[in-house]
Amino acid sequence: MNIEITEGLWLDEFGELSLAEMEAWSGLTEAELQQLVECDALSPVTTIEPAAGRSISAPRFSAQCLVLARAASRLRDDFDLDANGLAVALRLLDRIRELEAELHHARAQRPR
Amino acid sequence: MKYKDYYKILGVERTAGADAIKKAYRRLAHKFHPDISKEKNAKEAFQEIGEAYETLKDPEKRAAYDELGSFRPGQDFRPPPEWGEAHGEGRGVFDDMDLADLFASLSGGRHRGHAHGGAFPIPGQDFEVAAQITLEQAARGTEFEVNLAVPEAGADGFMRRVPRTFTARIAKGAAEGQRLRLPGKGGKGLNGGRDGDLYLIIHLLPHPLFRASGHDLYIDLPLAPWEAALGATVEVPTLHGPVHLKVQPGTRSGQKLRLARRGLPNPREGIGDLYAVVQIVLPAELSEQERELLRQMKAQSTFDPRSHFTETAA
Repeated sequence: MNIEITEGLWLDEFGELSLAEMEAWSGLTEAELQQLVECDALSPVTTIEPAAGRSISAPRFSAQCLVLARAASRLRDDFDLDANGLAVALRLLDRIRELEAELHHARAQRPR
Repeated sequence: MKYKDYYKILGVERTAGADAIKKAYRRLAHKFHPDISKEKNAKEAFQEIGEAYETLKDPEKRAAYDELGSFRPGQDFRPPPEWGEAHGEGRGVFDDMDLADLFASLSGGRHRGHAHGGAFPIPGQDFEVAAQITLEQAARGTEFEVNLAVPEAGADGFMRRVPRTFTARIAKGAAEGQRLRLPGKGGKGLNGGRDGDLYLIIHLLPHPLFRASGHDLYIDLPLAPWEAALGATVEVPTLHGPVHLKVQPGTRSGQKLRLARRGLPNPREGIGDLYAVVQIVLPAELSEQERELLRQMKAQSTFDPRSHFTETAA
């Protein structure tokens, strides 16, 4: 049995990931990530303009986006969703998470 | 090896066609997919459904599964010995495998072939594990022991679950729902594929006094009516010991009194705040003297707590 202490990376709004990292860690392809960005289902924090000779821009994402991208990858695999279906599902999931966060905040403030 | 009835799990007959199996899987996936389901056992149920579908959707795997015969769910059984022999292994090769490992290993020699043959790289499996910690642990930082059963290809090429135990360091400032990515701590990759990752999902255990929202904390602050009316200095517990809080005269119920930087530490943005939520409470029982004082107050006060009713109605 191997016991070791390991450090991790917080997937929060402060970390930043490249497109390549998002692709490698989420299981989505670069094209799928680009499509989700185009549909506003994923919002990059910065978009670097295409360098000479490159056909696409290279957005950078908040590390939080990886959580959504991984959910997108699972939904794509488990429900055979196409890019449009995936974008709709992600936007709804994101909305649900926002509402759950608001509900959690409201509950915390409410006296027991 | 314990038998799992994949047909029963999907709720279909053994004679069901591919379309019926797919339809049953979809129906159950909609109910139990962990990303969209609120069922309590969604993760475990979906894992079982996925395992069943993975085998039954593939005609080769399904035929092999049917060849095993039919047993009661959970009943011990042995795969035909010729399965192991066909792969050049002895009878004991299946001893420490489960049904999912068996089909992962036997599915057209997929994993086995890759493990030995050097086909395209296959990344290792990612895992998500809930890490339940206390508020105090979140405030101070803690270590969390992770126990996983990770599928790995053995020297014989068969997939088996291998126990892995390690300790993850959770730095101070973890908040509810936050995720920590531990690279390479998931399943082993094959043929040069990268190792899978482990994602820890932080869940803060309920605290008897404090409620967390992000890095801010909330505590109920019960005040006697005279404390709220006349003002008072009261002792309020915090995660780092009690502090004295000055309550201004005329404090109302529901008011939130902020104690700056007494919440959870936020490694990137300082420290959250603690909010004391005022609740004006009455004694469970009033003495005769207390009643008399309240009667006197009633007689002398012009205060109408419902004056806005008539103002609004007018």
